Amino acid sequence: MLRAEQGDAVPPPRKARRPPEVFLTQRSDKMTLTTEHDVAEAVKHATGALRIKGGGTRDIGALVTGETLDVSGLRGISLYEPGALTLVAQAGTPVAEIEAALEAENQRLAFEPMDHRVLLGTDGTPTIGGVVAANVSGPRRIAVGACRDHMLGVRFVDGAGTIIKNGGRVMKNVTGYDLVKLLTGSYGTLGVLTEVSLKVLPRPETGATLVVHGLDVAAAVSAMSAALGSPFEVTGAAHADATYIRIEGFAASVSYRTKELSQLLTKFGEVEVLEGEAAGTLWDDLKNVTGLASLSGDIWRISVQPSAAPDMIAALPEGANVQLDWGGGLIWACVPEGSDIRPLPVAGHATLVRASEPTRRAVPVFEPQDQVLTTLTRGLRARFDPRGILNPGLMG
Amino acid sequence: MDMPAPSPAVLARKAQIVERLQGVLPATAVIHSESEVRAYECDALTAYKCPPLCAVLPSTTEEVAAALKICHDMGVPVVPRGSGTSLAGGALPTADCVILGTARLNAVIETNYEDRYIRVGSGRTNLSVTGAVEAMDFFYAPDPSSQLACAIAGNIAMNSGGAHCLKYGVTTNNLLGVKMVLMDGTVTEIGGAHLDAAGLDLLGLICGSEGQLGVVTEATLRILRKPEGARPVLMAFNDNEVAGACVADIIKAGVLPVAIEFMDRLCIETTENYAQAGYPDSEALLIVEVEGSDAEIDEQLALILDIARRHDPVELREAKDADEAARIWLGRKSAFGAIGQISDYMCLDGTIPVSSLPMVLRRIGELSEEYGLKVGNVFHAGDGNMHPLICYDANKPGDLELCEAMGAEILKLCVDAGGCLTGEHGVGIEKRDLMTHQFAPQDLEAQMAVKDVFDPLWLLNPAKVFPLDHSEPRRIAAE
Repeated sequence: MLRAEQGDAVPPPRKARRPPEVFLTQRSDKMTLTTEHDVAEAVKHATGALRIKGGGTRDIGALVTGETLDVSGLRGISLYEPGALTLVAQAGTPVAEIEAALEAENQRLAFEPMDHRVLLGTDGTPTIGGVVAANVSGPRRIAVGACRDHMLGVRFVDGAGTIIKNGGRVMKNVTGYDLVKLLTGSYGTLGVLTEVSLKVLPRPETGATLVVHGLDVAAAVSAMSAALGSPFEVTGAAHADATYIRIEGFAASVSYRTKELSQLLTKFGEVEVLEGEAAGTLWDDLKNVTGLASLSGDIWRISVQPSAAPDMIAALPEGANVQLDWGGGLIWACVPEGSDIRPLPVAGHATLVRASEPTRRAVPVFEPQDQVLTTLTRGLRARFDPRGILNPGLMG
Repeated sequence: MDMPAPSPAVLARKAQIVERLQGVLPATAVIHSESEVRAYECDALTAYKCPPLCAVLPSTTEEVAAALKICHDMGVPVVPRGSGTSLAGGALPTADCVILGTARLNAVIETNYEDRYIRVGSGRTNLSVTGAVEAMDFFYAPDPSSQLACAIAGNIAMNSGGAHCLKYGVTTNNLLGVKMVLMDGTVTEIGGAHLDAAGLDLLGLICGSEGQLGVVTEATLRILRKPEGARPVLMAFNDNEVAGACVADIIKAGVLPVAIEFMDRLCIETTENYAQAGYPDSEALLIVEVEGSDAEIDEQLALILDIARRHDPVELREAKDADEAARIWLGRKSAFGAIGQISDYMCLDGTIPVSSLPMVLRRIGELSEEYGLKVGNVFHAGDGNMHPLICYDANKPGDLELCEAMGAEILKLCVDAGGCLTGEHGVGIEKRDLMTHQFAPQDLEAQMAVKDVFDPLWLLNPAKVFPLDHSEPRRIAAE
């Protein structure tokens, strides 16, 4: 039932289930899963560990050995209501397809998911399931929230092959536990996402970027904090070769806030303003960390409170290159290969996003947690994936 | 409404339980006399009452941990309670339970304007969080109607929303970290002052878990700089459906108001009689509020009013000054009180896709006639979170049951329209038995499995959220 030629919209009846041994010989090379039912059957009959793969562009996490479970065949937008700001899509739907559909209605995924291909040197097609599984957000996270804050509902297959739904497609929903958030950012270790439901937002009429040159990290964080602590609704605050502050909205409003913010930032240095299209791909490059991509070394993603960024950066190994986002709360660091930056000198957590295989074996990719949280996490994994077959060990 | 029978073994040991709790808490923090525990017999869902075995009011995380450990070791159920403003019965006791009140955990522990957060004891009231930072022109965004009284602990337990969450999100979108005590007395911290806690999103899981996974004692909350200004407009229409279509058009146009509130004829008339806000005689009324500088507000309102004009409004009313703005909000803010003046009422909380608004309103009207009970509709239209107010007579035998039956039909209607049972009030006991309408058994099983991990003995608020027959095997096994 999992052959490509049968991948039509109507799932075959359950009683037609193929015996596991046939299934395994079938799956050996080009099995295509196209429905949630296919995924459930594949998980149910799996005899060992599974590596869950969407577009294959975000190879983040401890190395997982196992058979590949490719869900990129679960494609399509199943519902899009612009007036309700809601979109529902199959997990394997390319992000580009969703963004195109939204653009046609002048809307967007406001959390601005990063495309990891440049930084990780991967190719393939990023999928919405991958975005959700890794809770991928971009610079606008500081203003509108992360991917998890835009998640309205999920359907997933747990480690026993059971199809489970949680949340829905409405903006406000407190019916039962929020497994939507639990699944978002769980990197496929609790379940295989099959469908996600997202809140989308209107695209603004225009935008502007204020640029301040020549600030050191401490001054940059102060400048960004001043902007973010103002009433002028900053939707991006990053520091790389210069310090960048973004505002978006209706033209007259953007122009008003540009003026006010320029005045506010004058004390930090001369303020240059890039209006409308003048910013070009600047924010895409900041989002995708293009500036660090070509450097050799390991890439870390560190979340701290903004004012702790200077201390965090000072403690990085010599030769580190950094880029700051989220007003200083997110540090991207490129450090010499094999360096372990832990324990962090400040409160927060770090993820080793890009490194060689030996380093990923030697250094925990995700921040190790204390005993209590480790026990709770293990407990949840044991409940959702009793056989321990879904991306085992990926999150440590 | 069924509740599990109290455990005779626990009831029989009341004296020992109280004595052990007195050993770890100050004398004034253990309330056990029959007359005094009555203060805790219900929350804002006043139709159901049951005095608890006793109540404790710890002042520190350590005291919470010590009290929970005793209850854990003695097998006593614990019902956490913030300020007791739950409309869903989230803090309703059982006779064999200890109520754990967070009221004394109300300190401001830290404020940080540079990094834009505040850390508070969970018993602090919602409004007083804003109160602690407003001198610096900051505020805490989630604003449930009960914000004067409700505690952050309860906001986290129910993932509370409010009128302004269309723009700012609900509690879970504004919560950065918690200190929490598990049922066995273990203290843990999740997240902190940074964004996105490490590991699995346990913070997201805790928020909205209705006090069933742990007791939050401290919370780190995101604070925001106040906007320069805010101003509402009022729009009246002679048709609910037209008002609904207007809402969708505003949202599609790319304006994101901070609030879009809807009232129907019954609510308009009742609040007029009560508060004399001067609302126009109409079928449906929208209050739309936008924020920014004066010029920004003018620009957004011009766009919104343009859209409204295309929908043939009965009246469009702008606020020329703060006084007029207050009058526009006056009726909406007194709507619940106004209905309460004329009748007992039950407030529902289902959410629907905005596109289903006309159909659902029509069907609610039909149900109102079938049941012979009046229904007023006042709700957050921007996000489809409805609050039908069903009027009934508490003194008339059978009327409450009739009202509940009708409420259940409306909530099922919300689910069938693609929505859910509760948008911001929580399940509690009120919607517990309707959960099977929204969730398949395996969906509920997955949620109960989470509780198994955090509270293996099912002692924390055990009779809530899940239909009793679904949770029974677990509750019995744990006894």
